[in-house]
Amino acid sequence: MIKAILIFNNHGKPRLSKFYEHYSEDTQQQIIRETFHLVSKRDENVCNFLEGGMLIGGADNKLIYRHYATLYFVFCVDSSESELGILDLIQVFVETLDKCFENVCELDLIFHVDKVHNILAEMVMGGMVLETNMNEIVTQIDAQNKMEKSEAGLAGAPARAVSAVKNMNLPEMPRNINIGDISIKVPNLPSFK
Amino acid sequence: MALKIVKGSIDRMFDKNLQDLVRGIRNHKDDEAKYISQCIDEIKHELKQDNIAVKANAVIKLAYLQMLGYDISWAAFNIIEVMSSSKFTFKRIGYLAASQCFYEGTDVIMLTTNQIRKDLSSPNQYDTGVALTGLSCFVTPDLARDLANDIMTLMSHTKPYIRKKAVLIMYKVFLKYPESLRPAFPRLKEKLEDPDSGVQSAAVNVICELARRNPKNYLSLAPLFFKLMTSSTNNWVLIKIIKLFGALTPLEPRLGKKLIEPLTNLIHSTSAMSLLYECVNTVIAVLISLSTGMPNHSASIQLCVQKLRILIEDSDQNLKYLGLLAMSKILKTHPKSVQSHKDLILQCLDDKDESIRLRALDLLYGMVSKKNLMEIVKKLMIHVDKAEGTTYRDELLTKIIDICSQSNYQYITNFEWYISILVELTRLEGTRHGHLIAAQMLDVAIRVKAIRAFAVSQMAMLLDNGHLLAGNMQRNGICEVLYAAAWICGEFSEYLQEPNQTLEAMLKSKVTTLPGHIQAVYVQNAGKLYASVLQQNEQDGDKEAAQEITQMLIDKLPQFVQNADLEVQERASCILQLIKYIQKLQAKDVPVAEEVMALFAGELNPVAPKAQKKVPLPDGLDLDAWINDAPSESSSDDENPKKMIFHEEEQRSARHRQPEMDEDELARRREVRKQEQANNPFYIKSSPSPQKNYQDASGVDHIPVVQIDLTVPLRVPGMPLSDQYLKLEEERRQQQKQDRQKKKKKQKRDKKGKRRHDSLHTESDEDIAPVHHVDIITEEMPENALPSDDDDKDPNDPYKALDIDLDKPLADNEKLPVRTHRVSEKKSPEIETSPVEEKSKKPSKKAKKEKDKKKDKEKRKSKEKVSKKHKFSENAENEHAAPEEEIITPTSKEESEKPTGEASDLDFWLSNTPVQSKSQPEPLRNEVASEPVASELEETLKEKDKEEDAKSSKHKKKKHKKDKTKEEKKSKKKKHHSDEEAPESVQNGSLDEEPLPPMSNYCLLAENSYVKMMCDIQGNLQDGSQVVVSVIFENQSSGYLKSMEFNVLDSLNTKLVRPEGSSIHDGISVPFQLPPEVSNEARFVFTMESIVMPQKLKGTLTFIVKTDDGSSHEKLDFKLHFTCTSYMITTPCYSDAFAKLLESGELKMCSIKVDGISISFQLLLAKICFHHHFSVVERINSCASMYSRSIQGHHMCLLVKMGDSSVSVDGKCNDSTLLGNLLDELKQTLTEKC
Repeated sequence: MIKAILIFNNHGKPRLSKFYEHYSEDTQQQIIRETFHLVSKRDENVCNFLEGGMLIGGADNKLIYRHYATLYFVFCVDSSESELGILDLIQVFVETLDKCFENVCELDLIFHVDKVHNILAEMVMGGMVLETNMNEIVTQIDAQNKMEKSEAGLAGAPARAVSAVKNMNLPEMPRNINIGDISIKVPNLPSFK
Repeated sequence: MALKIVKGSIDRMFDKNLQDLVRGIRNHKDDEAKYISQCIDEIKHELKQDNIAVKANAVIKLAYLQMLGYDISWAAFNIIEVMSSSKFTFKRIGYLAASQCFYEGTDVIMLTTNQIRKDLSSPNQYDTGVALTGLSCFVTPDLARDLANDIMTLMSHTKPYIRKKAVLIMYKVFLKYPESLRPAFPRLKEKLEDPDSGVQSAAVNVICELARRNPKNYLSLAPLFFKLMTSSTNNWVLIKIIKLFGALTPLEPRLGKKLIEPLTNLIHSTSAMSLLYECVNTVIAVLISLSTGMPNHSASIQLCVQKLRILIEDSDQNLKYLGLLAMSKILKTHPKSVQSHKDLILQCLDDKDESIRLRALDLLYGMVSKKNLMEIVKKLMIHVDKAEGTTYRDELLTKIIDICSQSNYQYITNFEWYISILVELTRLEGTRHGHLIAAQMLDVAIRVKAIRAFAVSQMAMLLDNGHLLAGNMQRNGICEVLYAAAWICGEFSEYLQEPNQTLEAMLKSKVTTLPGHIQAVYVQNAGKLYASVLQQNEQDGDKEAAQEITQMLIDKLPQFVQNADLEVQERASCILQLIKYIQKLQAKDVPVAEEVMALFAGELNPVAPKAQKKVPLPDGLDLDAWINDAPSESSSDDENPKKMIFHEEEQRSARHRQPEMDEDELARRREVRKQEQANNPFYIKSSPSPQKNYQDASGVDHIPVVQIDLTVPLRVPGMPLSDQYLKLEEERRQQQKQDRQKKKKKQKRDKKGKRRHDSLHTESDEDIAPVHHVDIITEEMPENALPSDDDDKDPNDPYKALDIDLDKPLADNEKLPVRTHRVSEKKSPEIETSPVEEKSKKPSKKAKKEKDKKKDKEKRKSKEKVSKKHKFSENAENEHAAPEEEIITPTSKEESEKPTGEASDLDFWLSNTPVQSKSQPEPLRNEVASEPVASELEETLKEKDKEEDAKSSKHKKKKHKKDKTKEEKKSKKKKHHSDEEAPESVQNGSLDEEPLPPMSNYCLLAENSYVKMMCDIQGNLQDGSQVVVSVIFENQSSGYLKSMEFNVLDSLNTKLVRPEGSSIHDGISVPFQLPPEVSNEARFVFTMESIVMPQKLKGTLTFIVKTDDGSSHEKLDFKLHFTCTSYMITTPCYSDAFAKLLESGELKMCSIKVDGISISFQLLLAKICFHHHFSVVERINSCASMYSRSIQGHHMCLLVKMGDSSVSVDGKCNDSTLLGNLLDELKQTLTEKC
């Protein structure tokens, strides 16, 4: 079982949090903070597993994470998950994000956390891995987006236009300001599927 | 209206959307909280609007704020509103927000039930999808109960996308509503063989999660998983299955034997590291479960260790880490194989990655032996010095202590060395494990008598230098060791060389800066020390010295009397007053030493940590009963005699005892202990030594009392003694070797410290006997301690509720709650129904019906709430009336039957492991195998009975009976794992209790000197025109059997299913090779045109035998006999459906009679059920009706009557040829074996 999935940046700002067990908002924030603390002080070239489930559940749990450019992707899992399998899953997740957002960067996650949730929901459901095939995930996401568009129809058009104008007029949101792209090319990954 | 919508959407343009919110927050870095509270106000306003789009927009913003830590539960109702929007876009937002913030405590969650049910049955698969996803995050017991049936329907949805989500969410449903597990399980199992790999993977996932918590209930699925493992190519699925097997093997060692080979093959063949790693892990689990290391498994261990070494040597830190992790598992059972890689592991201690260092440390723990302990600890000590960062250093410290103290100091050969190590560790700065070191010092000093003198000298040194340690005052800091030092010096003061000096050190004014509990120990032990000094002085007749020391205490103690710590104050003033009194007596020249010593007399023995728990409950004592009648009254003074037992117990372990009592008590306990020790293998017996007598203070007699006027310590603290011991130990060992060679005595090497080198320990050598006998005092247990380790599982474990036996047939009252007004239209699919009904209704109809139902449901929404509560009871009642209308899909019906079949196969499947050798006598195996099964059976029956009793009020009588027959049938199945020629040990007892002989359907196909083939033919449940032939190949030669090819000559009617593209003359290669004396099973599928006649096919098995002399091609001809029986599939049938079937008049009839039957009716039925795949419909006395179905759907009904030594069987079937042939076969079975 996956107990929680967290994404935060190099400064510990949460970009996505998904808990598969109930915690109060305060506890959630504390977990995010402590996880960030644990993960951020680790060097780049050390292993991606952290033991000691003082955060969530018992000692059975592990943190498995990957660091891409400005973002940490952290999965908290119990012993029924394969460590290397989860690492691959994180990779699949990031690659899927990359495909859905076309060169994903931290800004995409910041402004479209709902979409990230939707993508995640196609991969992991209630803490269990639902799908590991990226093409399948992308297909489902595309189909849902299409549905969304068709529902918005005419009524949605003005809103989209306004939103586009808003983005245009606000100079403080250039896409690549001090936020590097998430590099998703990870060498040494044992192929999983 | 339209205008309103347009207006709404125009308004909306100027609302903040999620992006605006995020942007706003980023622009208000300084006053973020204020900005957000502003936004929340806006959101509240938006939520009040009618426009659902505005609400959805507000909700998505809330979901974002939730991530930032804001509580949004106040908007729960609005979230539900958005969830119920008809537009997918908004629905998805609603479910997302719900999944982020709903949980069991959310009160409005009960309002979602109907909405979710509606979404689940939505024609749009994505509506269903988001509902399932959302529900998976916030399912509650109520939701699980109400929706279980809907979700189960979705498990058979046409779209794999829905199926896999429905399968996955079932796990959550089971967790919240365990009653749903048994009804839903057959379908879940069916999904293991779903054509869609995603669904299959989801089912594997769920079953693995279930099995991880309660593995024993899933053992019967092992053959199925085994098949999946050998056929699946999806690594996710493989990993899950392999992990599952890891959990199952400890329960069933035979399974492990079967697994080794395919796992080894996978290890060799896979390129995915994740899979390789899990395979290695499971092989390790298997090897652990086969605790008696078979010789041929050492190869597997070697393979694992080799592969792990490769992982550890890899540059990828992740692999390195996992390699070490797995290695530590091997270590537990096969330490030797790991020890050879000590170099590698020590190397990992230098790794820059802390996680890896910690893992390596774990490994070291298991790798020590008497030989290398000192060496390893020395290396660790070097690391301690080098380590930066207190966490890692502390970890090292605890590991050193763990390593040394493990299994009762098993590996320590020299305790002086160990004490030195502990003393060296006290020099660690900033450690938080002072208490650990202290505990070790105490433990060793108390339990190893021979070391006390040395320990005391070291502790005295520590006390003298106490100010060095006192610098670290934090909690659990290193100053804790002073606690131990003071106590040891006080308790064993007779070993002190210079008690006066130590006493002074304990009363220094600096001591008052120590934590309170340490000061208290100082004060108390100063008292002890004083007593022993006093005694010495009196014995020496040195009154002056005695008075001097008394005066010193009177001078120094007042500083403690003023201490802020209560404990210190109390003890100090107590002792101070005592000493003042002693001073008075001394002034009168009264000898007081004896009496003062008596204050502290008595021996302390270590008490086992669990001792209190293990005090057996005396007969007749009920701890839960009221001791007094009136609980309200407080009666303080009547002492119940039972209470005395505990009272006594407490006194015994109390530190200060009356001296008179002591003598008796001590003597008695010494006796007991001696006896205990005599039986304890860990106790190293010592020859009687005068030193053992604690109270014999002669050891200190001749120590001259030295006046000390130096306040500066004479000795330099913490000289690294341990290194010297290391050298010493080597010398000693060398010496011992020589000694042994010289003397050729067989004596066991006496442990440690036998010889001391005077030059090294000038300070303490004089009064220490040259030979130390070490006895590790075992921890005391109360007499009659209960041996059991009753560490019960956490009663709150939510997974415990899922510990449900899945092999038991479903009881009639076990079904998922369906809303009552629907009961007659739709029943949960797990209920077995008449075949007639089944034929008439098609699954497609069902879907339509469901739609109607939904409409229906909407109308009755209001009614439902009321009815909900009564659901259970109503269901139970309705059930009896309902069967006529019940429909079911054919697959689920078959599935429901499958578990029993599967269970029955398990034993045979397992008993047939590669380890089984020809030389092993067959009957022996049967015995071994059948015993556990028999007991298991008994248990099941008992359990069943209990359950039935409990439920009997709910059961209708009729059902009750049915249940029983089913149960009988099942029990019969369970037993069939061995051969037919089992003894007919029929007992005269009641029929139901009669034990059934083991049976097997596997019969000999062909045999020669190389190979033996056994086969069993079963109809294929999935495909009506196929049968599956399972063949067990057993290698009977001493060579290796390779390239086995199985081929048959197809007939017009019957054809072997070959891989695509191969011609009808090609054989099928058997997917394994057989080492000598190993057997394995392969399955072959045949297609049939007609099944009414039995058929025979000729076939050949070709293979290569490879022996040391070379290899040769061999072949074995066989005849495969397809009986009509093999086309029958065990199918349960209700008696009312059975009656209808007979009445229908479509069936042809035929009868046989068999004479000379001597077996019981029970056994007879069991045989028919087992060998001919029938199930008992009803049984009255010696008459029974039975039912079965062919793979092509023929109904086969039998009426079996037993007279005196004869049996008549009347059969009815759609096809008379089939019936005739089957009855012939039946006759043969009955005559042959009776």
